[in-house]
Amino acid sequence: DQVLHIVPETFQQVQHLQLLCSTLMLDLWKPLLPEDIRAREDLHIRVPAPLVQGVKDSLDQHLISYRYNLVLIPDVQKLVDQSMPRDRSSHRQVSGGYVYTEYHPMEEIYQWMTQIQKNNSELVTQHFLGKTFENRTMYYLQISQPSNKPKKIIWMDCGIHAREWISPAFCQWFVKEILQNYKTDPKISRFLQNLDLYVLPVLNIDGYIYSWEEDRLWRKSRSPYENGTCHGTDLNRNFNSSWGSVGVSFNCSSDVFCGSGPESEPETKAVAQFIRSKKSDILCYLTIHSYGQLILTPYGSTTKPPSNNEELMQVANEAAAALTGKYGTNYRVGSTALILYSNSGSSRDWAHTIGIPLSYTFELRDTGAHGFVLPPNQIQPTCEETM
Amino acid sequence: ELPPSHFPAARAAAVAVGYLRYLRGGPGRGLQLREVRRARRQDIEDVGHKYYLELELEDVLDKDRTVNCTAEVLYPLGSKTSAPDVQVTVQGELRDTEEADKEFYNRIRSLEKELVAENIPDSHGNVPPELEPIHLLAGVASGYVIWQNSTENTKLHLAQVKHVKQVKRSDEDLQFDYVLLLHEMVSQ
Repeated sequence: DQVLHIVPETFQQVQHLQLLCSTLMLDLWKPLLPEDIRAREDLHIRVPAPLVQGVKDSLDQHLISYRYNLVLIPDVQKLVDQSMPRDRSSHRQVSGGYVYTEYHPMEEIYQWMTQIQKNNSELVTQHFLGKTFENRTMYYLQISQPSNKPKKIIWMDCGIHAREWISPAFCQWFVKEILQNYKTDPKISRFLQNLDLYVLPVLNIDGYIYSWEEDRLWRKSRSPYENGTCHGTDLNRNFNSSWGSVGVSFNCSSDVFCGSGPESEPETKAVAQFIRSKKSDILCYLTIHSYGQLILTPYGSTTKPPSNNEELMQVANEAAAALTGKYGTNYRVGSTALILYSNSGSSRDWAHTIGIPLSYTFELRDTGAHGFVLPPNQIQPTCEETM
Repeated sequence: ELPPSHFPAARAAAVAVGYLRYLRGGPGRGLQLREVRRARRQDIEDVGHKYYLELELEDVLDKDRTVNCTAEVLYPLGSKTSAPDVQVTVQGELRDTEEADKEFYNRIRSLEKELVAENIPDSHGNVPPELEPIHLLAGVASGYVIWQNSTENTKLHLAQVKHVKQVKRSDEDLQFDYVLLLHEMVSQ
C-alpha cells in the first residue's frame, strides 16, 4: 500500500482527484471527504497495493505530481522471529540483558532506570520528580547531549493509566532505541544536538503495581476516598484544564473520578509542577496510552480548535503516515472531543493551555481485539512503528 | 456515506461482529473485525438510525483467509432498553469446524473434574492453547451481550474472561458459567 501526498494545483486536477477517490473508494486521510479536496491544499490518500500503479498512471496522465510513503508489506521472516522467544544477547549492549519484549513489574523498571543511567552516563541522568500517594518515588530520565547551546525539551510520560501496560513498555523501548542508535543514526544524532528528551516511564506507579498484584484492569491511582471505602483518581481527569466540567464523575467509585479538585493527587502535582517550571523550554508534550490507535490533539473539553490547530494536525498526520509506513497499522488523527468524546482535566489539554505548542496523546495498539491485555509478541512491532 | 475508519462506523461494526459471533462463533471459530470497507448511515424518520456496512473479517484460527460480509444495524430511536436490530450476511462459506467442535466436546466430557479457569488471557496477554476454545466461547457469549447492550454511542469489547466454570449436568450438553469483563471504549 502507499500513502500519496498530493497538492492539486488547478480546479481541473481537483475534479479529477475527486472522481478518482469516489470511483475507486480510496481511503482519504486528509481531507475526510472528496468534496473537501481543494486546490493548493494537502491531500493524503492511502492507495491499496493492487491499485497503486493504476492510480499513479492516472495522476501522470493529468500531470498531477505526488510524493509517496510506502506502507511496507511486513517481512514474513521478521514476523516469525518476533513471535519466537527473544535472544537476550541483542539487548545486552545497552543495559545488560534487559528484555524489552516483555512486560516488567515496577521493581524491575526501577532497576532498569538505574542501569540505564549507569551504562549511559554521558547522556542520561535520572531525576527525582515527586512521590506517589503510597509514597513511592517518581523518577524521570533526562537524555541530554552535552552542548554549549541551550536546547528545547520534548517531554514524554507513560503509564498514567495503570492497565495500559504497552505504554510503559514503549517508554522503555524508546529510551533503549535512542541510546542504542544515537551514535550511528543521523536522524537521532541530529535530534539530540538540538533537543533534550525527558522520559517518565511510569507516572501512575501505585496503580501500575496494583494492576500487577491485584487487578489487571485497574486504571486509576490508589488514593483513598470516602473513609477508605473507595480508591483512586483518574489522573487524566485531574489536571487543571476545565477540571470537572465534562466527561468526569465526582463519585470515587467511577473509573473517571476526577479527584477532589484540580491537581488534588500527588502524582498530578509532581508532573504539573515540573512542567510548569520548564514550560518556556518545552516544545512538545507527549503522553502515551492504549488502546485505540489514535493520535489525539487538544481539546477534549470543547470542540473549539486550539489556536495552532493547523500545525498540530499537520505534524500529527505526518506522524500517523510514518507509523503506518512501518507495518500498515492504521492510526486516526484528531481532537479528542471530535474523535472520542468530551472529557476535561486531561494532561494533554493542560499542557497546551499553559503554552506548550505541540501536545499529543498517543493511543497505541490495538483496536479492541486484545485491548489492554496486549500480548507480548506485539510489544516489538508496536514500539517499532511508534518509534 | 461515512468514513469507514471513523468511530461511528466502527461502533456499528462492533455490534454487527458481536451479533455474528453469537450466531456463528464456537469453540473452533472466532471471528474478528479486520477492517470496515464501507459504511453508510440512513436516518429513518420516527424509527431510528440504520447503518449499512461492508466488513472484512477474519477467523482468529485461520488468519490468512478473508471473510467478507455485509451488515445492517438499526439503532431504535430514543430507546435505551431495546437492542439494535441487526442483520448480517456472510459471503461464501465459513471454514468447517465440525471436527474441532467434536474434539473439544470429547475432551471436556473426558475430564475427571469440571473445568475451572480464570484470567483468560492472563495479565501478559497469553492464552494457553488448551484454553483457546474456552476463550472463543467467551467471544460467543460476549457477542450476545455486546449486541444486546450497545447503543449508537457505545463501543464494547471483551476485555478478559475473569472466571469460567463448567456446570455439571445430568444430560449430555456442556454448560459453562462465565464472568466476563467488558470494556466500553470511550476515552482515555
